[in-house]
Amino acid sequence: MKNRKFLIFMTVVMALALVLAGCGGKKEEPKKDAPKAAEKIKVAFVYVGPVGDGGWTYAHDQARKYLESKMPDVQTVFVESVPEGADSERVITQLVEQGAKIVFTTSFGYMDPTINVAKKYPNVTFMHCSGFKTAPNVGTYFGRMYQARYLSGIVAGKQTKSNVIGYVAAFPIPEVVRGINAFTVGVRSVNPQAKVKVIWTNTWYDPAKEKQAAMSLLDAGADVITQHQDTPGPMQAAQEKGKFGIGYNTDMSKMAPKAVMTSPVWNWGPYYVKVVEGVKNKTWKNEQYWGSLKENVVDLAPFGPMVPEETKKLVADAKKKIVDGSWDVFWGPVKDQTGAVKIAAGQKMSDADMLSFNWFVEGVDGTISK
Amino acid sequence: MAIGVKFEKRLNPSAAMNVTVPLLSVLAALAVGALFLLLTGRDPVEVYEAMFKGALGSSYGLAETVVKGIPLMLCALGISVAFRMQLWNIGAEGQFYMGAFAASWLPLTFPDLPAAVMLPGMLLLGCAAGGLWGLIPALLRARWKVNEIITTLMFNYVAILWVDYLVYGPWKDPKGFNFPLSAKFPAAAALPTFGTSRVHVGLILAVLLAGVFWVVFTKSRWGYEIKVIGSSEQAARYAGMDIKGNIYRVMLLSGAVCGLAGMTEVSGIVGRLQPGLSPGYGYTAIIVAWLSKLHPAAILVVAILFGALQVGGFFVQTMGVPASVSAMLQGAVLFFVVGGEFLTQYRIVLARKEAA
Repeated sequence: MKNRKFLIFMTVVMALALVLAGCGGKKEEPKKDAPKAAEKIKVAFVYVGPVGDGGWTYAHDQARKYLESKMPDVQTVFVESVPEGADSERVITQLVEQGAKIVFTTSFGYMDPTINVAKKYPNVTFMHCSGFKTAPNVGTYFGRMYQARYLSGIVAGKQTKSNVIGYVAAFPIPEVVRGINAFTVGVRSVNPQAKVKVIWTNTWYDPAKEKQAAMSLLDAGADVITQHQDTPGPMQAAQEKGKFGIGYNTDMSKMAPKAVMTSPVWNWGPYYVKVVEGVKNKTWKNEQYWGSLKENVVDLAPFGPMVPEETKKLVADAKKKIVDGSWDVFWGPVKDQTGAVKIAAGQKMSDADMLSFNWFVEGVDGTISK
Repeated sequence: MAIGVKFEKRLNPSAAMNVTVPLLSVLAALAVGALFLLLTGRDPVEVYEAMFKGALGSSYGLAETVVKGIPLMLCALGISVAFRMQLWNIGAEGQFYMGAFAASWLPLTFPDLPAAVMLPGMLLLGCAAGGLWGLIPALLRARWKVNEIITTLMFNYVAILWVDYLVYGPWKDPKGFNFPLSAKFPAAAALPTFGTSRVHVGLILAVLLAGVFWVVFTKSRWGYEIKVIGSSEQAARYAGMDIKGNIYRVMLLSGAVCGLAGMTEVSGIVGRLQPGLSPGYGYTAIIVAWLSKLHPAAILVVAILFGALQVGGFFVQTMGVPASVSAMLQGAVLFFVVGGEFLTQYRIVLARKEAA
């Protein structure tokens, strides 16, 4: 069998790929050995992606920097690209062992590990992002991103000419489904003819695959693309085809300035300051925080030059209603894909129902695997 | 006239070379890594020291390195059986997932079984599913000469998607807010651990298996047959060896051991079925098996070293070293060891070339 040479060749190729993958990473400036003042509070962050992802993890890392700049008595550390399986429990433990008093675990899959580690360290405060389990020293936090998604839907609905909008979706979990629904409600509030076509990539961070998914939506007639993943791949696809896009997580206009009209963004910084101050002043409680547009935890990034004034005004009006509490996205009547009324007029969808969303609203062209 | 470079196969690579070349290769890789760290403004000695301390310097770090090493050991042992017969099973990742899937079925369906029934049952199911997942490419290979590199690789994706389907669909925890997780296993489905650490009895299974494999590979008739078929299929056929049967047996065993790795991971560590169970154990194990030259004892050691490299890599992140550095170091180690391997097998001869 001559396969041995082939295997050596393959091994070399894999090795090279590993080396190159390693080189591609973002290099963080070395500035960790700043003089340590007496009794700094050590705050640790666990990230699922690399800090340079330009998306989800980047948004958390910007907030970490904001926290450090606002609170001089706080020292932060982070560990990036932590897989959600066996590794996360060790990384969280290690951060506590290194003196962290507050640990933010910023991905859903860290839920069990966070709870496990928290049991062993009752004097440390843990904050888990996007989960549903709490403990005396574990709180959860997340944002009503659906509100910002709704606003971005208005922008997309006004912009589309083909009345087909492409949505590059991550995983069929409630958070993503909620986002698609809110976006679609926004689109159809200004353009009842438009459809939102959904493609699942089953990825959070795979630039090539996500770009490819956007390309196929563009080929299928979409002229506005939006997304749920942490990379700007879909936005770049929209720009290459001369179409429009709505980013996510952070302002993605830098990556595709001709395409990106706006992006629903996370703004964790002020909340992180609030949590750390609460722990410092011993007022922290293990709440399940779900920050909204009003608290500015979620928002829209600045509009690109292609967004007309009329659209901006529509968005501002809608935002005002949501912020002052006179209306929210999933207030009835809301119909599902078959046209059946799921939330009757005058009814409001409960947080519990929103947190376990598993059906699409009218106007979504796609399916949720069950 | 020009000087040409030729590679000449060494007839008898010396035993000393077999040991020193990999060691020197690892050192060379660390040197390259050090250069990279220097260029990005870090002190390599400090980083390496912290990596070492984090991964091996405390009882906690050591235990966690072993936790990381167990699935690598089992997958690499599984892979080594197939590789000995030059049967390139790239499918450890998929066999791992199928093992995890089948093992999860028992506690999810019969949560009230006692541990004495539950654990052996999960173990058998995990091995059976991994083995069957390995057997299908073996059938294709033996019957129709379908290249097993391609089929085992593609079967990985199928297995991962199958587990995704289950946790997004029928096996989703009804109390889990539609998140892709199975229900948590009952306590009886958790492998016993050593003391308060997360090191589970999967370690003992791996060490026992390595011992058994060593005996099988070096002392048994079957081990000899595998080796002969691997070296020359034709010679084996002339000697009347059953090639097809051996392809089945080898892939069944190889897959079963990788399936066992999946079972020990869901039972010993994660405690439920969920996506992303393996951060590529099945692929890293190929590297481990290859670096160990398929020797069972070496596999145990190299798996721990790779575990340490990854654990240490996470550890130094709090010093500001990015995650990609440990991935780069792993790549560099492999690159140099494979290069070194080549130099062990071949000598470079400089010779005058006649002008054409």
